[in-house]
Amino acid sequence: MSKERQPGMTLIVKTVTRLTVGLILLYGIYVVTHGHLTPGGGFAGGVVIALSLVHLMLAFGGDVAFKTLSKSGAAVLEAIGALLFVGIAIIGFGWAGFFFNFLPKGTPFDLFSAGIIPLCNIAISLKVGAGLFSVVIAIVFLRVAGSERE
Amino acid sequence: MMPTSPVIPLFVAVPLAGAFAIALLGKKTRIIPNGMALIVTGGLIAFSIIAMRMFSLFGVHTYKLGAWPAPFGIVMVLDGLTAFMLFTVSLIAFLVILFSISYMERYSGRWQFYTLFLLMVAGMNGVIVTGDMFNLFVFLEVAAVASYALVAFGTEKHELEAAFKYAVMGSVGSLFVLLAIVWLYSYTSTLNMADMALALQAAGSTRVALVTGVLLLTGFALKAAIVPFHAWLPDAHPSAPAPISAMLSGVLIKALGVYAICRVFYSVLGVSPQLSMLLMVLGVVSMSVGVLLALRQWDLKRLLAYSSISQIGYIMLGIGIGTPLGFMAALFHLFNHSVFKSLLFLGSGAVEYATGTRDLREMGGLGKRMKLTSAAMLSGSMSVAGIPPFAGFWSKLLIIVAAVQAGYYWFAIIAVVASMLTLSYVMRIMRYGFLGELREKWAGVREVPFMMKLSLGLLALICILGGLLLLPGAREFFLTQAARTFSVGTQLASRILGGV
Repeated sequence: MSKERQPGMTLIVKTVTRLTVGLILLYGIYVVTHGHLTPGGGFAGGVVIALSLVHLMLAFGGDVAFKTLSKSGAAVLEAIGALLFVGIAIIGFGWAGFFFNFLPKGTPFDLFSAGIIPLCNIAISLKVGAGLFSVVIAIVFLRVAGSERE
Repeated sequence: MMPTSPVIPLFVAVPLAGAFAIALLGKKTRIIPNGMALIVTGGLIAFSIIAMRMFSLFGVHTYKLGAWPAPFGIVMVLDGLTAFMLFTVSLIAFLVILFSISYMERYSGRWQFYTLFLLMVAGMNGVIVTGDMFNLFVFLEVAAVASYALVAFGTEKHELEAAFKYAVMGSVGSLFVLLAIVWLYSYTSTLNMADMALALQAAGSTRVALVTGVLLLTGFALKAAIVPFHAWLPDAHPSAPAPISAMLSGVLIKALGVYAICRVFYSVLGVSPQLSMLLMVLGVVSMSVGVLLALRQWDLKRLLAYSSISQIGYIMLGIGIGTPLGFMAALFHLFNHSVFKSLLFLGSGAVEYATGTRDLREMGGLGKRMKLTSAAMLSGSMSVAGIPPFAGFWSKLLIIVAAVQAGYYWFAIIAVVASMLTLSYVMRIMRYGFLGELREKWAGVREVPFMMKLSLGLLALICILGGLLLLPGAREFFLTQAARTFSVGTQLASRILGGV
C-alpha cells in the first residue's frame, strides 16, 4: 500500500478517527437535544457536529468528508435551519405572538419538555453545524487556491 | 395598558425569512431572488406606513417577544422616531432593489447579494425597533457583518482591502459599544432600555453614565463615520457595488450611527448640555472636513462618500442644537440625505454601468446620451447643494435657522459656507460628467435599462417634491411626531414600563 495514492493522514490517525468520529457526532447530538437541561445547546452542539465532519476531512481528505455532506448540501441545511428557527418564531403568532412558546411545557428536567426550546436548539444546530462546516471548507479552498497562485 | 401590535416584529422576521428563503430556493432561477427581494422590501414600506399611522393614532406601542413581561424578556418599541426611521430604510431599500434588478445582471452569485442585502435590512430594522440594549448590539452586528461582505462583493483586490479595513474599524466600534453595554449591565443589572434608564435616573448623575456615554459615542460615531472616525468610509463606500454604496451611505450609517446615538442618549442615558455641545462640534467638524476633502476628488463615488461625511455633520449639528426645530430639521435632513445620496450613488452606478468608468476626468458630455440619468443626477446634486425648491434646501435652511434661533451664530455661518462649497463640488460632477462636449469614445453610450431609470426617476421625484413634506398635516404626520421623541427623552422609559 503506497502512501502517495492515499489522501489524508497516516493509518494511525485514520483508525483513531474511524473509532471516534461517530462518538463525537453522537455527543454533538446529545448536547443539542439536552440543550434545555444541561449546559450547551444548539450552538455548542452544532459546533461539535461540525467538528466531527472537519475531523473526517482532516483525517481522510476532502472527498470522503464531502461524501458525508456535500458543499451544496451544507448550504441547503444551513438555510433550512435558519428558516426553521424563524418559522417556529412566526408560528407563535397563532397563539400569543412572535417567539411564543406554544407547545406544552411538560415536567421540568424531562427530555421532552420546555415546549419549543428543543426545536429551536435543533434548528440552531443545523444552522451552526452546516455553517461552520462551510466556513472551514471555504477557508481550506481559499488557502489551496492562494498557494496555487504563488 | 400600552398598545401592542403584531406588525412590529415583522420588520425583523420578514426580511430574515426572505433572506434565508432566497438562500434556499434562489440559486437556479433569476425570478425568485429578484421577486422575493421586491416583495419583501415593498411589504416593509406598507408595514412602515401602517406603523406610522398606528403611532399617530394610539401613541407608543410595545411588543413583548414570546409574551415575556418587560424587564425580563426582550421588548420591541415603536415610537415616532422608530416609525420614521423604518419608513426611510424601507423606502430606500425598495428603490435600491428596483435598481439592482438590472444592475446586478453583470455580477455572478446574485442570490448571495440579495440574501446579504435582506440580512442587512433585517439588522437595521432590528436596531431601530429593539428596546433592549444587548439586542441592539446583536442587530448592529448582523447589519454590520452583512455590509462587510457586501463591500467585498466584487472580490477584486481593492474591494477586499476596503472591506478588510471597514471590518477592522467596524469591529473596533462594535467592541466599544459592547464594553459600554457590559458596564451598564453590571451597574444597572438590566438590559431593557427603559428599565436601564429608570435605574440610571434613580442613581442620579454618575461616572458610569459618563464613561459608558463616551464609549457609546465613540462606537456609534465610528459607524456613522463622523470625523475623526471617518477613515474607513471613503474606501468602503466606493468599493461596494453601486446599490450597496447607496444603501450604506443612504441608510446604514444613519440606522447604526445617528439613530443609535439618538436612541441611546436621548432615551436611556439622558442628555447634558456638554453632550449637545460635543455633538454640535463633531457635526461642524464633520461637515467642514468632509466638504473640503470632497472638493479634491476625481473619483465620482469617492467624492460622494466624502459628501456623505459632510452631510452627516449637518444632521449631528441639528440634533445637537436641541430645540424642537433643530430635531425636526435634523430628521428632515436625514430623510433628504437618504434620498439624494442614494440617488447620486445609483446615478454614479448608472454611469459606471454605461461607460465603465468612475473618473470624472474621463467623462464629459454624457448628458447628451443619458438624458434621464443626467436629469436625475442634476436634481440630486441641487438637493445636496441646497438649491431651492429642492428638498435639501428646506432641511438645510431649517438647520441653519434653528442654529441662529438658538444663538449658535458661528455654527450657522460655517454651515452656510460648507453649503456653498457643496455647491462647488456638485457643480464639478455636472460640469465634468454630464455637460460640455460629448467625447468621441462615449459616442456609443446608451441610456441604462428601464428598471434603473424607474428607480432614478422616482428618487429624483422625491428630491423635487420632498419640500412638500413641510406643509401642515404632512409635517405633523411625518416629521413632528418623530421629533417629539427627543423632547420626551428618558420619560419614554417610565411610559413603557408603566404600560406593561
